[in-house]
Amino acid sequence: MKSNGGETYSGHRGLDFDQFLIFEQDTPGVTAVDMPVPSHHRERLGSLKRTTKLGLPGLSEPDVVRHYTRLSQRNYSIDSGFYPLGSCTMKHNPRLNEKLARLPGFADLHPFQPVSTAQGALKLIDRLAWWLKQLTGLPAVAMTPAAGAHGELCGLMCIRAALEAEGDARQVVLVPDSAHGTNPATAALAGYRVESMQATSKGRLNVQAVKERLGSDVAAVMITNPNTCGLFERDAIEVADAVHDAGAYFYMDGANFNAIVGRLRLSDLGVDAMHINLHKTFSAPHGGGGPGAGPTVLSKELASYAPVPFVIHDQDGFRVEEHAGRNLAANSYGRMKGFHGQFGVFVRSLAYIMSLGIDGLKQASGDAVLNANYLLTRLSQEFTPSFPGPCMHEALFDDRFLKDTGVTTLDFAKAMIDEGFHPMTMYFPLVVHGAMLMEPTETESKATLDQFVHSMLCLARKAKAGETNHFAQAPRFAPLRRLDETRAARAPILRWRPEELRQAAE
Amino acid sequence: MRYLPHTDVERRDMLAAIGAKSLDDLFADIPQSVKDAALFDLPEHLSEMEVERELAVLASENLNCGNAPCFLGAGAYRHHVPAALDYIIQRGEFLTSYTPYQPEISQGTLQAVYEFQTQVALMTGMEVANASMYDGATACAEAAAMACRVTKRDKVLMSGSVHPQYREVTRAALKFAGVQVECLVPDPTVVDDLTALVSNDLACVVMQTPGFFGHLQDISLLADTCHAQGVLLVVCITEPVSLGMVKLPGDMGADIVVCEGQSIAGPLCFGGPGVGLFATREKFVRQMPGRLAGQTTDQDGCRGWVLTLSTREQHIRREKATSNICTNSGLIALAFSIHMTLLGEAGFRSLAELNHAKAVSVAEQLEAIDGVRIEIPAFFNEFAVNLPKPATQIAEVLAQEGILGGVPASRFYPTQPQLENVLLVTVTETNTDSDLETFFLAMKEALA
Repeated sequence: MKSNGGETYSGHRGLDFDQFLIFEQDTPGVTAVDMPVPSHHRERLGSLKRTTKLGLPGLSEPDVVRHYTRLSQRNYSIDSGFYPLGSCTMKHNPRLNEKLARLPGFADLHPFQPVSTAQGALKLIDRLAWWLKQLTGLPAVAMTPAAGAHGELCGLMCIRAALEAEGDARQVVLVPDSAHGTNPATAALAGYRVESMQATSKGRLNVQAVKERLGSDVAAVMITNPNTCGLFERDAIEVADAVHDAGAYFYMDGANFNAIVGRLRLSDLGVDAMHINLHKTFSAPHGGGGPGAGPTVLSKELASYAPVPFVIHDQDGFRVEEHAGRNLAANSYGRMKGFHGQFGVFVRSLAYIMSLGIDGLKQASGDAVLNANYLLTRLSQEFTPSFPGPCMHEALFDDRFLKDTGVTTLDFAKAMIDEGFHPMTMYFPLVVHGAMLMEPTETESKATLDQFVHSMLCLARKAKAGETNHFAQAPRFAPLRRLDETRAARAPILRWRPEELRQAAE
Repeated sequence: MRYLPHTDVERRDMLAAIGAKSLDDLFADIPQSVKDAALFDLPEHLSEMEVERELAVLASENLNCGNAPCFLGAGAYRHHVPAALDYIIQRGEFLTSYTPYQPEISQGTLQAVYEFQTQVALMTGMEVANASMYDGATACAEAAAMACRVTKRDKVLMSGSVHPQYREVTRAALKFAGVQVECLVPDPTVVDDLTALVSNDLACVVMQTPGFFGHLQDISLLADTCHAQGVLLVVCITEPVSLGMVKLPGDMGADIVVCEGQSIAGPLCFGGPGVGLFATREKFVRQMPGRLAGQTTDQDGCRGWVLTLSTREQHIRREKATSNICTNSGLIALAFSIHMTLLGEAGFRSLAELNHAKAVSVAEQLEAIDGVRIEIPAFFNEFAVNLPKPATQIAEVLAQEGILGGVPASRFYPTQPQLENVLLVTVTETNTDSDLETFFLAMKEALA
């Protein structure tokens, strides 16, 4: 498969290798894993032995290592460059955390070995839980949710279980229109009808509208704070009070927790439940899309409904309560995930938290907010900020500055790729036109931000000067040019098939 | 603080550029009373050396499975992890990238996902697979929810062969969605006769093979019965290494196959993170949860990959999405895929054969002990053993001798007295002949 328009004979371009699929590198019979031949040959498979082949390719170890090395080189990453993807908190991932997660005493532990042989692991979960409770001021935390959206579900399930325990069958969850898509999707999964609430023209919650809508049918209000416009919801306490007065619960989406760690306690905002994305705020690597972890802190009203399992400490050491409906888990609504949650992510996040300590965590949220405001101020020279500052840890711009230039937010993003930067989050939140949401995080230096600002201002001026083609043709220096997403969706090719099968299907 | 690059001078310069007098100005929107109340009595920062020392102490308070003959399974399996695998997933370009939203600079991840999807489809005998779910248990819940969408029915039947935690997760996930989840009583001695229970008000039947107690099952007849009633057959697999030598669920008529991929992806990690595999038939793809990579071309006509069919997903469809999943288990899916690439067709079969041979050998040894019964006619590398004594007691005795000798079924079913003496024993390629010998002698003595 030639991929460079015929510029070279090989299809590669210097260090940019065009790499065949593993299925196109098959040498039948070859394997990169050798193992002893069993001395024992009796089988007890009944009639279930398979006689057909799967069609998996055979590659040698050198070929496999080269394959993935070349693939990796076609990825942008936080290790290689600035990644200001709004709402994603792409901060540096310390290698200490990777090293510790690989200690055999953590990595080589079976979830069902006797708890007497896994006391250190349970202590680690307990210690991380302690930090999360202290940092949020809430009395309980459900550790097992696997990611942010999973944590949202945990929070809403606890809310629903609490309401149903009182015989209160409320049906509606209120979600601002600026919310992450996971919020309404989660509320629907918990069996609620979602009602969207419009933001004010200032990018904040419309407190009056929320108050007017609250009533005996509303189970919860889900709010992201700081919100996805990068602004702190000043009226959070007033909203929380109104929500509680109406007999409902206050869920806070913790995706943006990085802005406020060590600077406030959720308990003082009246929060009943919030998930914490350990892979954002507490620096577990994103791994190209996971794994994450979404421990969910809970108020005392919700605590007893938390999912199993949870770690208990008593005079005999650490134990796990694994069964809903029994003992301390008498009210638990059930189980969210197999085993004990994302233990490997817990190790990384605890190492990160201990490294920073409370002083470092507070400095980190401060620097994250400082960096975002620095971008907001400096880019405002040419860009159109959607709302006046100060912002929190992310800065939101829209596409008014591109009006009549013929350049879209998408084009602009692709031109940033040529400048060596990962684009910001585009077209989200939905409340402004052509959104550009930038989250620099605290681990970027001033020099990096200055380089970025320079490129961004130059690009903005170029767009305004009518050099539309520069943007329409971008990216030119990435491994591939712009990809045809419409074609991918119209006639989906979701897996490789041998040529003959593919032809027969056509 | 080693992860924060700013000097105080830079902070001051940046505040000046912003026009703020102090950092506190930037937090002006947070009510003063809230800020004043935020007093934390928490430890301060530590050096790398200190953190390493403290956590190494916690690690040392665990018995790691490499230091003990380990015969544990029940949904999490200890296999050899090739060195190349762990090296590759630690490359920063894979480890520290986000979800591939910008395809031009994410082809590495996207091509790997496309290869993963293909491998999963081939290994399960299905037509399409997604980019991964959190784990096997949540994938199982998603499969049941998907079956309800496809069939527009709201009743799910779960076999006793399904991992108890998968049953609990599915039950909890569908608890408030108006779906009735019926779970059959587990019986380690026989396989459920599900065909007799299939009715036309069911969205799906969920079963597992190899089952929780080890049974391998031919599901062809069950699949036919389900399909005659418009019911989908969901098959769970907790030990995908079995697929190296047993018949594929897809070839026997499964409609959705979900797996826990940990056993191939890497270390046990106390059970997480794992990776959920999710495969189905092409005609159901638009009802499928999770991300999908698809092939396309760039503007020069070069082959490339993008995330596709995202109109199913929460960031587009919001409350009407097929699932709320966003972050999945990308890196563990990559690890799974790398291991499968290293194994290839031949290596995968050899690995499975070695597991099975060792397991048969252990089963034969245990059966020779007085009072021990194994009532599983066909199994792969795990089987339920009926002991003459309570299994928890035996497992504790073995643990005291430094042997991780199996998982008592009562850990999952504390209220089912018929399971009190049932121990789940797993044997993999990592168990040496000397492990087998030690285990056999210790078991014989504990039961004497």
